[in-house]
Amino acid sequence: MTLSDDPAAVPLLSVRGLTKLFGSFAACNAIDLDIAPGEIHALLGENGAGKSTLVKMLFGVLQPSAGQILWEGMPVTIASPGGARQLGIGMVFQHFSLFEALTVAENIALSLDPMISLSRISEEAASLSRAYGLPLDPKAHVADLSVGERQRIEIVRALLQNPRLIILDEPTSVLTPQEADRLFETLFKLKAEGRSVLYISHRLEEVRRICDRATVLRHGKVTGACDPKLETPASLARMMVGSDVAEVHRDDGAALGDIRIEVSNLSVPARTPFAVSLKNISMKVRAGEVLAVAGVAGNGQGELFDALSGEYPVSEDEAIRIRGKAVGRIGISGRRLLGAGFVPEERHGHAAVSAMVLSDNLLLARSQSDKRAFLAGGFASIIRHDAVRSATRRICEAMDVRKSGEDPLAGSLSGGNLQKFIVGRELDRQPAVLVVNQPTWGVDAGAASRIRQALIDLAKAGSAVVVISQDLDEIFEVATNIAVISEGRLSEPHPAGTLTLERIGLMMGGIHESHSISEAAPSRPEGTYAH
Amino acid sequence: MRIELEKRARVSTLFSLLSPLLALVLTLVFGAIMFWLLGKSPLNALYVYFVEPLLEIWSLHELAIKAAPLILIAVGLSVCYRSNNWNIGAEGQFTIGAITGSILPVLYPEWHSPMILPLMLVMGMAGGALYAGIPALLKTRFNTNEILTSLMLVYIAGLFLDWLVRGPWRDPQGYNFPQTKSFQIEAVLPEILSSGRAHWAFVFAIAAAVALWFMMRFMLKGFEVSVLGQSERAGRFAGFSARRMVWFSMLLSGALAGLAGISEVSGSIGHVQPVISPGYGFTAIIVAFLGRLNPLGIIASGLVLALTYLGGEAAQLSIGISDKVSRVFQGLLLFFVLSCDTLIHYRIRLVFARTKPAEVTG
Repeated sequence: MTLSDDPAAVPLLSVRGLTKLFGSFAACNAIDLDIAPGEIHALLGENGAGKSTLVKMLFGVLQPSAGQILWEGMPVTIASPGGARQLGIGMVFQHFSLFEALTVAENIALSLDPMISLSRISEEAASLSRAYGLPLDPKAHVADLSVGERQRIEIVRALLQNPRLIILDEPTSVLTPQEADRLFETLFKLKAEGRSVLYISHRLEEVRRICDRATVLRHGKVTGACDPKLETPASLARMMVGSDVAEVHRDDGAALGDIRIEVSNLSVPARTPFAVSLKNISMKVRAGEVLAVAGVAGNGQGELFDALSGEYPVSEDEAIRIRGKAVGRIGISGRRLLGAGFVPEERHGHAAVSAMVLSDNLLLARSQSDKRAFLAGGFASIIRHDAVRSATRRICEAMDVRKSGEDPLAGSLSGGNLQKFIVGRELDRQPAVLVVNQPTWGVDAGAASRIRQALIDLAKAGSAVVVISQDLDEIFEVATNIAVISEGRLSEPHPAGTLTLERIGLMMGGIHESHSISEAAPSRPEGTYAH
Repeated sequence: MRIELEKRARVSTLFSLLSPLLALVLTLVFGAIMFWLLGKSPLNALYVYFVEPLLEIWSLHELAIKAAPLILIAVGLSVCYRSNNWNIGAEGQFTIGAITGSILPVLYPEWHSPMILPLMLVMGMAGGALYAGIPALLKTRFNTNEILTSLMLVYIAGLFLDWLVRGPWRDPQGYNFPQTKSFQIEAVLPEILSSGRAHWAFVFAIAAAVALWFMMRFMLKGFEVSVLGQSERAGRFAGFSARRMVWFSMLLSGALAGLAGISEVSGSIGHVQPVISPGYGFTAIIVAFLGRLNPLGIIASGLVLALTYLGGEAAQLSIGISDKVSRVFQGLLLFFVLSCDTLIHYRIRLVFARTKPAEVTG
């Protein structure tokens, strides 16, 4: 049911069979998409579904491996963002590129022809911002502006090029509900002028409220094209997360032991304008349990990991307990000494230093917890390279890490093999508590299943495991209990057996009272933007 | 058209090893061209500049005297730079170290005790460290860029020294020359060998280089420096504190610069005067990079850079060219070291700006 079926209407932008390969991995796989003039078109999908890749190809940042882009029915090659702008495509990125020390007008001037005078830019920006209901003072310094106001600069900057298609990447993820409402009014104005909007989001309610049509991506493929106003959040969620039932195998007989990690009423303010604040998070994980924290990226997963790992200790000592001991204010080394292990999401530059060899990367995580084995010389802390190297060998064997050479640079390993090493580095010391963020992100299938199996085995052996993940298949594979994180809040945990993919999809889409609306009529439920 | 640097997929090991030598050769080639343009015989000039100073015992001593502060400062800076802290103000820390180290001989010229020299060295190190502590404090407290603050403090230190020796510290019997009394014999850093002037600063330099090499190579502290220098986030994950590393690296490099300062004043000059350094603190930055931020490499590069100072003096005397030429050589060398390193990691690509307009194919 796409408009292009109507032969009279030529879509503004069409995409036919667009494919982008990274190596053998298809980030976008034969995508078809039509955007009609004057419509707000939603691009829906979980993280990793291929939304960003698709948009980058449309804006000329990436070149497609195969397929065609048609602009008003004519095939075009978009070689660069400049080329995209010439065609009439404007883009507002999720992360802004603004100089804080400069004024609004100066920031706008930087992206325009240097011949235009600053006062003219100020005037035009001011009149544009009035016309579209985006109040903005051209003389204000960016540093003094809120995130919503900064976004307006980006939108005005895009509008000054008089685009016919505006792409907005997760625009409301950084906005307050009031700011979001104002943005929607602007979008309706643009639509009334006959401009088209490609609106990228994973928030189901928002999409149903403002978008005329939606294209849903999953694993790089289009899984649905629909009128979101005719869909329920449940049906949208199903398209987004897939309806295939994951094979769940839990060890039902396993008895849970004592509470190993306990979080009570943990609130953490956002560290940067783009970070999410954690709000009143509570959870308990017992020995033998795998608690999976599901959620779409950018809802506080990274912040939760930072708080649990102690990389950024929290202000309340009692808010986090590991094996009964209050550790809120204790750093990561102290928590490791209590038997906790951590695996962050980002492999390069966080879990590992790419330009260092594997044995150095082993020491990275275990210099304090394995002081006795790895260090000598007391105060001088001389590294026992031989001991570290033999431990590295042991880990690589246990986790089947494929590498070139005895002790190669971490950066030379494939993502999957490095991740096996990073997980193995923690498993090797049999942690009483393991917190993992996105354990198999960007990892090949073989390594992923090995890592998941290792997590299950660790819990079976009596550890408490927290898995933060966006991959629902993975969650159902490993979890005993599942909680969902959304906008910095964590839901009650539910036993994995009682949850369906659809219900989790709804909770991830920002709809917390899932049971009351899952099959209800498409009305706007309360709490969509609840803060 | 624009020029882009494109990261190479593989970095050639051979060329990363050869890079400092390549830079050295290029510097010599361009130096020869410069001498030729100045109307001098290039070969003769290069001989006078780089070979002659190595042929006599006394000038080898001078080489050690000039190399000592360069090596001392540069090994401290190498730890700083490896940890991603950019102390550019070693010249200022050198100056303050010279001043604080000279407090005892200047104020108590009658104090004859073997204790005075060790105390002077310790006070010099403390002074340099405290002065480097200012940018460290500003960075950790206010997130100020240490490149700017440490550099600006150089000029403050220089003017403070100038004021001291023209004002409160001036020798009353010194015929109004802006300098202090000559240090008592107990306050003078002794020579290593009887054959020449080279004093103990050179031994300190070698000892510091070997100690820091050991630290970087074998100790957890050195590991911490490398990790935090490459990724602050990974360092945080390892339980290392980037803030504490700012303090550690700045204080360490400041202390070594301060030690170089007091050693220079006590060993080479024998009193305090308005100018005590031909820019050792800045030249040491070149030394650190030419030595690939490796303390043992820095011993070699320190000797090379010391030679440019000596050669400059020699060339001034025997072929009558300005001793500013040594600055030119140092600049050339830094330029070629950095560009060789860049080209090892990146290849140059010329991009002809061209956005394909809509092509009609159907």
